[in-house]
Amino acid sequence: MTGNRAVRWTICYTLLLLLAGVFALLGLMSGTADITPGEVFSALTGKGGSGAMQTIVKDIRLPRVLSAALLGGALAVSGFLLQSFFNNPIAGPYILGISSGAKLTVAIAMLITMQHGILLGSAAMVAAAFAGSLLSMGAILLLSGKVRNMAQLIIAGVMIGYICSSITELTVTFADDANIVNLHNWSMGSFSGISMKNIPVIAVIVAAGTAASFMLSKPMGAYQLGESYAENMGVDLRLFRLALILLSSILSACVTAFAGPVSFVGVAVPHLMKALFGTAKPIVIVPAAFAGGAVFCLACDLIARTLFAPVELSISTVTAVFGAPVVIAAMLGRRKGAQP
Amino acid sequence: MSGAVLAAKDISVGYGKKAVVSGLSFEVSTGEILTLIGPNGAGKSTILRSTAAQLPLLSGTVTLAGRDMKEMNVHETARKLSVCFTERITAERMNCYDLVATGRYPYTGRLGVLSQEDRRIVQEAMELTGITYLAGTDIRCISDGQRQTAMLARAIAQEPEVLILDEPTSFLDISNKLRLLTLLRELVRSRGIAVVQSLHELDLAQRFSDKIVCIRDHKADRTGTPEEIFAGDYISTLYGMNAGVFLPDFGTAEAQRITGEPEVFVIGGGGSGIATYRRLQRQGIPFAAGVIHENDMEYPVARSLASVLVAEKAFEPISDVSTEGALEVMKKCGKVICCTDGFGTMNAGNRRLLEEAQKMGKL
Repeated sequence: MTGNRAVRWTICYTLLLLLAGVFALLGLMSGTADITPGEVFSALTGKGGSGAMQTIVKDIRLPRVLSAALLGGALAVSGFLLQSFFNNPIAGPYILGISSGAKLTVAIAMLITMQHGILLGSAAMVAAAFAGSLLSMGAILLLSGKVRNMAQLIIAGVMIGYICSSITELTVTFADDANIVNLHNWSMGSFSGISMKNIPVIAVIVAAGTAASFMLSKPMGAYQLGESYAENMGVDLRLFRLALILLSSILSACVTAFAGPVSFVGVAVPHLMKALFGTAKPIVIVPAAFAGGAVFCLACDLIARTLFAPVELSISTVTAVFGAPVVIAAMLGRRKGAQP
Repeated sequence: MSGAVLAAKDISVGYGKKAVVSGLSFEVSTGEILTLIGPNGAGKSTILRSTAAQLPLLSGTVTLAGRDMKEMNVHETARKLSVCFTERITAERMNCYDLVATGRYPYTGRLGVLSQEDRRIVQEAMELTGITYLAGTDIRCISDGQRQTAMLARAIAQEPEVLILDEPTSFLDISNKLRLLTLLRELVRSRGIAVVQSLHELDLAQRFSDKIVCIRDHKADRTGTPEEIFAGDYISTLYGMNAGVFLPDFGTAEAQRITGEPEVFVIGGGGSGIATYRRLQRQGIPFAAGVIHENDMEYPVARSLASVLVAEKAFEPISDVSTEGALEVMKKCGKVICCTDGFGTMNAGNRRLLEEAQKMGKL
């Protein structure tokens, strides 16, 4: 039995990596100027191709593809952490209003600094987003103590999201016209604003966050049985919960800081991965969620860019179309599971 | 092995500062099952959780294998003590093998990867509990009985010295209850485990416990062997039963007696009358019963249900005095039911009662 599962998991991982490669390549190839795979490779390796082509591939499309992969993965892992924390399969950074909290603080930080003519650095953006994530997370935690029902928790999260979004809108209203365009694009969610110099910061935060999440696989697995059992098995609940909150917040904050709020990836991808791998074991699902999130966002970004080119859709428009039905399926599946 | 593996000494348990139970002491040795009984809300679960170090003790100490549990860290405790609680597992996409394997948690490394040895122990725990065939089945798709058994297997895989179970049988049907407790009994012997559990099923507590602690009114009301606890009217008192009584010999409860002038006289004996007594009680008809020997198996039932009972001393033939007495009662009843057709030396009096009843045309 375990042998069969190992084979299944290997096939699934391979499939995800292949898909990620295919979508990344497609992402580099397609756009207003169509580029062949061969040209992409020569542009990437810097051996020939015109200067314009090099610029398009290396400075415009590559950071976009890399950020979609990294941030998509981060979102899915963040979602999985939150699902473990709340023992609720439809929890996620977007649904619980954590992304909106980050959006709010980043918008405020951007506006303040823009007025002084300073452009916010990557690290400062992440820090602002992290503060906002923790703010929303704090509100959710306060409420989660009062509500025992998972639907109520989700509704509370959605409401927090609305409150944060409307305050963001309000702040944006008072911004200069020039800034509004920038802010508006970002606040709708898009991978377009990310440049190559943001990538190292993103890569470091996402890699560290995902690795740390992977290291939490063991207590997360124990926590799936419930607090009492986890405690009996030797999990330090306070430390573990704190780690989950901080990690899920930093991962989703990183996404929001660079790409704005991206909807449904955090819920849909872990759910799909659990179904694909046939298990919810964190040690399997954390890497799977990362790979799956990368594939999902690469594909969605590709659609957002190419479907109505040259008009670009916001990333959340596309992720919602694919993600929301999965969330509904997750809810229905849970009901079925609860009444065997 | 001798000596207590788990000992609670003068502990007070509760939430916050408020003690639910205080001044509690008990000991359990390897191979023993200790059962907590007592009314709902008496604090049995609180005691179990505190004993498992999931709730801080308000006072007193619990020693596990001779060491104060307060001084042990969670990992040490996890290797010596495992638990089975009542809350339902809601984990999604977890099969039974994975569930049982979580018991190995205290023994695996940083990432929780099972070693060959761990896998063998998991396999063995599943075989012992007879759930190997469920290994690949999702835990949401198995019955309550199977889930409880899987949780027990999980606890076994943790290789504990002490096993703490909170109402392990509460969701199970009678056959599964017996199976689970029989299994527990065997495990306790073969593996040298000490068990502390709570049970609501008094009949099972009586049959499967070595020691019983009765919790009532914030304290251990009584502690002793099943023989000591299930004696006299104690259980009825413990639970404050006012809608019926508990029959300690059978370990079952009998409904409330219908009082008043008896309308029906039942001639029983040897257990033949029990069904009739219960039927009359159900129909709300006050009845008299006689003549029943005090050592007759139906005597406790008759004593708790009949509004008038004519009894005879154990091992004595029914005396004329008793027969006359019964006759007096029978005359006042409108109807007579005779449940027995076996008459001998000892109950010759009852044959006379039957004949009189025939003469009166009350049958």
